[in-house]
Amino acid sequence: MGTITTNDLRNGIKIMLDGEPCSVVDNQFVRPGKGQAFSKTKVLYLLTGRTVEKTFKSGESIETADILDTSMEYLYTDGEFWYFMDSDTFEQVSADSKAVGDNAKYLIEQDKCHVMLWNGNPIQINPPNFVVLEVTDTDPGLKGDTSGGGSKPATMHTGAVVRVPLFVNIGDKLKIDTRTNEYVSRA
Amino acid sequence: MSNWQPSCSIETLKARAELYVQIREFFAGKNVLEVETPLLMQHGVTDRYMQSMQVHGVYSSPGFLQTSPEYAMKRLLAAGSGSIYQIGKAFRLEESGARHNPEFTMLEWYRVDFDHWALMDETFELLVKVLGQRQRVNYSYQEAFKVFLNINPFTISLEQLKILSEKTLGELPDNLEPDDYLSLLFEDQIEPKLGTENTITFIIDFPASQSALAKIDPKNPKVAQRFEVYIEGFELANGFNELQDSGEQLERFKADNAWRKANGLEEVDIDTNFIQGLESGLPQCAGIALGLDRLLMIHLNLKHIKQVLAFPAH
Repeated sequence: MGTITTNDLRNGIKIMLDGEPCSVVDNQFVRPGKGQAFSKTKVLYLLTGRTVEKTFKSGESIETADILDTSMEYLYTDGEFWYFMDSDTFEQVSADSKAVGDNAKYLIEQDKCHVMLWNGNPIQINPPNFVVLEVTDTDPGLKGDTSGGGSKPATMHTGAVVRVPLFVNIGDKLKIDTRTNEYVSRA
Repeated sequence: MSNWQPSCSIETLKARAELYVQIREFFAGKNVLEVETPLLMQHGVTDRYMQSMQVHGVYSSPGFLQTSPEYAMKRLLAAGSGSIYQIGKAFRLEESGARHNPEFTMLEWYRVDFDHWALMDETFELLVKVLGQRQRVNYSYQEAFKVFLNINPFTISLEQLKILSEKTLGELPDNLEPDDYLSLLFEDQIEPKLGTENTITFIIDFPASQSALAKIDPKNPKVAQRFEVYIEGFELANGFNELQDSGEQLERFKADNAWRKANGLEEVDIDTNFIQGLESGLPQCAGIALGLDRLLMIHLNLKHIKQVLAFPAH
């Protein structure tokens, strides 16, 4: 584990605060008057997602967090953990429900996901921006209605519920934007 | 990635050159002498929160890039130069950000027989010449806190300061001194609102604890004869009715070094040439340091110091 000083603070740098890994999202050097200088930062606590304003004395040492952003292939889930593999080293890691969170509903086997590792353990899983999901439940489609007017909820095979156009039927494969949970097109 | 190009535009280079022409005209018209003093000298500053860059191989011990030309210029004043100004570089370690570059350009000038009031008038005159007509606003340090935060900076308790600061600024370092809280609150809550709406704001009567090289007000020992200038939420300049008493100056330096020692910082050799200059007699004068990179930013409405520097450090 390394240490840096406030001079090394940049947006995106990962540091340890109160035993938790954090990402610096904003950093401003100030020297008010003729007094002591400070770094005014905003930090994102990576485990909880809360953002906090925090001021450091200029020159203060800060412990860095061992955070690695990787791209890994999603393998499967046993219900308790979700398993991912590094395609180069074939090394596998298991993520718990805290790391996967709501994104479980976008995980498709063999998709490349962004896996954030803290000390080698996954703490955040992000699916690709677009995934293809299959409709398992929705009201019957209105034949011929491709106007795009109106929408209805559809449940996907992963459990995701997405607003879809009226013409969509059970068994259709759809392209979904995982950032907004919105229907994009038929796949 | 190719990185050789300047980070400011050619237009900005021209605006800087034009700014210097205006400044030189202004002082030529007032018979203020332009001088040059060394960037590298044998002594640094004892300032508690300022770190000088060191240069090896010139003197028998490391020399220091000057954090301001103040000591050298005061030696010229003591030697009878009369009123002087300088446009020059200054260097400060660890200062980097949207309004700071470790190497920056400063306009520093000293007016013999002026007090800080007369110098404020002249500063306003120069700024209006460069920026066009703006309205002048004066606040005392105390008034500014009253107006913008509704507190009295001279009587508020440390505990109340801490609570208010954490409410507005979030998590803060432990063991801050009252001046640290006041400075942070000032920077965060007051400074952004100063000098807006086509004004130039002068903050005067700083607490004696923040006197630096200013005289203490003989009528009110709680305040120093120091002022700062703000435009568009930028701290632009800092001026003093200059301390002439060499004994008091030496005491302040020694107190800085004692503080440095107590806080685990290296002590800095006191610049004896400067003290001897004061001993021989610094004339009554007021002096001011004004950040020219920031003035150019304000003039051109640019938000990052990189936009006015050819080749910033970072």
